[in-house]
Amino acid sequence: MNVLLDSLVEIIRRTSAEIPDDVQRSILASLEREKAGSIAESAMKIIEQNIQLAKQKSQPICQDTGSILFYVDAPVGFDQIHFEETARLAVTEATKRGYLRQNSVDSINGANDGTNVGPGSPSMHFHQHRSDHIEVRLVLKGGGCENVGAQYSLPNEKLKANRDLEGCRKVILDAVLQAQGKGCGPGVLGVCIGGDRATGFEFSKRQLLRLLEDRNPIHELDTLEQDILQTANELGIGPMGFGGKTTLLGVKIGALNRVPASFFVSVSYMCWAFRRQGAQLTHDGSLLNWLY
Amino acid sequence: MIPLTAPFTEDKIRALKVGDAVAISGIVFTGRDAVHKYLHEGGELPAGVDLTNGIIYHCGPVVLKDASGAWKVTAAGPTTSIREEPYQGQIIRDFKLRGVIGKGGMGDRTLRACQEHGCVYLHAIGGAAQVLAECVVQVRNVYLLEKFGSPEAIWELEVRDFPVVVTMDSHGRSLHQEVFAQSQAELARRVA
Repeated sequence: MNVLLDSLVEIIRRTSAEIPDDVQRSILASLEREKAGSIAESAMKIIEQNIQLAKQKSQPICQDTGSILFYVDAPVGFDQIHFEETARLAVTEATKRGYLRQNSVDSINGANDGTNVGPGSPSMHFHQHRSDHIEVRLVLKGGGCENVGAQYSLPNEKLKANRDLEGCRKVILDAVLQAQGKGCGPGVLGVCIGGDRATGFEFSKRQLLRLLEDRNPIHELDTLEQDILQTANELGIGPMGFGGKTTLLGVKIGALNRVPASFFVSVSYMCWAFRRQGAQLTHDGSLLNWLY
Repeated sequence: MIPLTAPFTEDKIRALKVGDAVAISGIVFTGRDAVHKYLHEGGELPAGVDLTNGIIYHCGPVVLKDASGAWKVTAAGPTTSIREEPYQGQIIRDFKLRGVIGKGGMGDRTLRACQEHGCVYLHAIGGAAQVLAECVVQVRNVYLLEKFGSPEAIWELEVRDFPVVVTMDSHGRSLHQEVFAQSQAELARRVA
């Protein structure tokens, strides 16, 4: 009997099958906004129906159960090696039970051993903190939305984007335009201004751990988030790119310092099937409470 | 919803227009990245797979074996179609496809092939894996499972009232081109 293993399998099941409450509220609001009888409205209705069905049947919301991203905050002295080994077992078990698709492919020879475990899968992000708590967050990020992510290096002459917040605004909106419906919109943007090419994308994904309704404590970024959300929803791309009122459900932006020579803006796009859950665990690994 | 039932004849396909909501009933074959590249490079269709007047579905489903050993699709939404753009037009022509189900739309070459050969692009709702799995009545067979792995294999699925929207028709219209052009113009008005 391995308590931690059971907890992690349950976190994976819940992430794959149950959309977080904040995302569901946002989807319902966007369904209300779409014009009655439009194909955008019918797309949102199918999405809403799908959310209910997945939860009821305890099966994946989307068949692309995506990259498996664990974010673990743990106290000093926490055994990361044991945790990671158990997480790999949990992923294998969750795959056997159909909570995850056999989704991990050897990039050299194309082989798929059906376990979802291999180099880089699952992806683990550990963070030590002073608190006694163990918090495990999981994001399952599908390939369709990952493929429409983008990284811009400023200045960008074609988009007339300079090294300032207005330049950031231009490239982020360009990412929305280029994505159209291909990332399964309406989506959520996680954005990082600054960092290097690796930390920029990593931090942009971390923004997706924030609640959709929260507000950015940094005034300039809050203004930019609200502006991009509103502007994107005026473009008429709509659900699935069918045309319509809701192109994005949310925009979350963080900033990292950069070196003087570099100015990256990294954009991660998350589909409407925003699979993100998390739980606090006790020291023996049992589930204490859910975080979303 | 307009019912589209097998056999998928050219007449039925030519009658469909961009914006039509369609419910498909009949056989569809899944095929995604590995299958398209394989066929493009001259790979042979496995015995039993006939794409003539057929529909290919860009999908890598979750499929489990039930207690009796029968395959059961438990999640089956579309994958992004644009990755097949280098291959799709040729495959429509060579295998006489009548329909392509996917998401996100495709490009000019596919649109031209739809027009020339009487084919249509049918957009399923991305991410709606459960609603769409409910429309799969039966898994009839699977091909190239060992070679490509489960998500990339060819699954022969019998579907009933499978909901899609025509976003590229056989008359040269593409909703994706139109929405892109409109949204690009809207954006241009909103950036200095």
